[in-house]
Amino acid sequence: MALEFSQASLKRFDEIVGRYPKKEAAMLPVLYLAQKEFGYLGAEAIEYVAGIMGVPAARVYGVVTFYTMLNMKPIGRHHIQVCRTLPCALAGAERITAAIKAKLGIQVGETTPDGKFTLSEVECLASCGTAPMIQVNDEYYENLNEQRVGEILDKLK
Amino acid sequence: MEKILLRNIDAPDSRTLAVYRARGGYRALEKVLSEMTPERLIDEIKASGLRGRGGAGFPTGMKWGFVPKDSPKPKYVVCNADESEPGTFKDRLLIEKDPHAIIEGTIISAYAIRSHTAFVYIRGELVFGASVLERAIEEAAAAGFLGKNILNSGYDCDLILHRGAGAYICGEETGLLSSLEGGKGWPKVKPPFPATHGLFGCPTVVNNVETLASLPWIVNEGAARYVAIGTEKSKGTKLFSVSGHIKRPGVYEVDMGYPFKKFLEEDCGGVANGKKLKGVIPGGASMPVLRADELDGVTMDYESFQAAGTLLGSGGVIVMDETTCMVRAAWNIARFFAHESCGQCSPCREGCHWMEKIFQRIEQGEGKPGDLDLILSVSGNIMGNTICPFGDAAAMPAAAFIKKFRAEFDRHIAEKRCTVSAGQ
Repeated sequence: MALEFSQASLKRFDEIVGRYPKKEAAMLPVLYLAQKEFGYLGAEAIEYVAGIMGVPAARVYGVVTFYTMLNMKPIGRHHIQVCRTLPCALAGAERITAAIKAKLGIQVGETTPDGKFTLSEVECLASCGTAPMIQVNDEYYENLNEQRVGEILDKLK
Repeated sequence: MEKILLRNIDAPDSRTLAVYRARGGYRALEKVLSEMTPERLIDEIKASGLRGRGGAGFPTGMKWGFVPKDSPKPKYVVCNADESEPGTFKDRLLIEKDPHAIIEGTIISAYAIRSHTAFVYIRGELVFGASVLERAIEEAAAAGFLGKNILNSGYDCDLILHRGAGAYICGEETGLLSSLEGGKGWPKVKPPFPATHGLFGCPTVVNNVETLASLPWIVNEGAARYVAIGTEKSKGTKLFSVSGHIKRPGVYEVDMGYPFKKFLEEDCGGVANGKKLKGVIPGGASMPVLRADELDGVTMDYESFQAAGTLLGSGGVIVMDETTCMVRAAWNIARFFAHESCGQCSPCREGCHWMEKIFQRIEQGEGKPGDLDLILSVSGNIMGNTICPFGDAAAMPAAAFIKKFRAEFDRHIAEKRCTVSAGQ
């Protein structure tokens, strides 16, 4: 069966589109909604969003591939994103990445076999004064060291 | 020094409407709507000398003045909360601690250009900040500061919160507008400028969070008080985000013209762990690095940083101590720009990756004679040859690292290893 929004998401879709002076401006919030509902934005999801937004699928594909927070592939339940940019690097971000790799047994860009964790390195997250830091899904964890990052991973279900 | 931008952040529950109002919040909006025409407001902000705090430093009142008064098209204001410049985290603090100051400033900006629809474009990763702003917008609307007939003035203004999705380039104003139009964040050729052809081809003003948050104080206290602070060309106060090898990192509000060395040594406590200062980037990763011996007499304002061969930029101060490998630091920044280039202009799309690869091979002990001149050549061919300032932002730091620390780069190439070693 082809992908489509639930009734609740369709209602939300109408609310989102209604907020903007033009429908196409709602592209990013609609893609967030689709990503939340479908888990990731694969070819089917892109086709579906193109249909309800009334634009060619190529345009949606261009948008999805442009932004780092829109995922074309499934990712783990907890997306661990280590900031690697200069202020975090000066504060030891590489040691944080190494500790996570060792603990989870995966490399950057990989997902644990149980689908629980995906590890990524990302660019500056505006948390330079509390470096090093990671973002796990929507949460920031700041002022980290190897021990604290281990404790954070242990608490994630 | 009087706090203008950080005046509220230490108050308990500073993000709530009740606390903001108790501390004089929305009085500036009342004053503007009841006593000032848009023209008078624009004149007042021009007189204050306020310059855009996002990085470019363009005079705010002048930017507003470029919007045509008689356009039949709708007009838009966008609060640029896409803070992504490495080393910069000041807007995030304002968003999380003083969202109503940003909202009040945004409505004032909208009134100045007679706009009835405003946006806050916040970077996607700041999920908590977006929830704080969303709540604050709801509070402001419920109290009659947003929506129809604001404070019985007959003026209408809606404010829409819009989240980005992870792209540094969307902090560039035309990239932001492309993104808000539902596309890739590709910058647009200027002219035409957003003031006449912005969002959906309509007159648009894009102002940075810090710029907008400065407005309520200026309106309440008057331009004359604001111009009394700072230097001849840099008025008022500026937020500086301080990170790296510094004892007390954080966001500081500083009167423009404050001595830079004193700031680092006294206000920020100096270099951490008793180490010596090696270099400092004063304005975010896009700006040229300064060596420790270049800081004498430098003051924290647009003209002094420029005279020192760098720029104030976003005020993102990144401190590097004597153990920092400058090859590694330069590679890190080059990698950032290679990752973030939007891919539209070939000098930037190709050049950023090229520079990153060369820095990487030097760092990994595979550098060749001529590599440094090659980077300088690539950098020089990006400068000024792209449609947006990103190209310059990538080219300037690469060239500056080499020029300022050439001997260290030469040694790294000759010995095929790092001779400084910081373990970054």
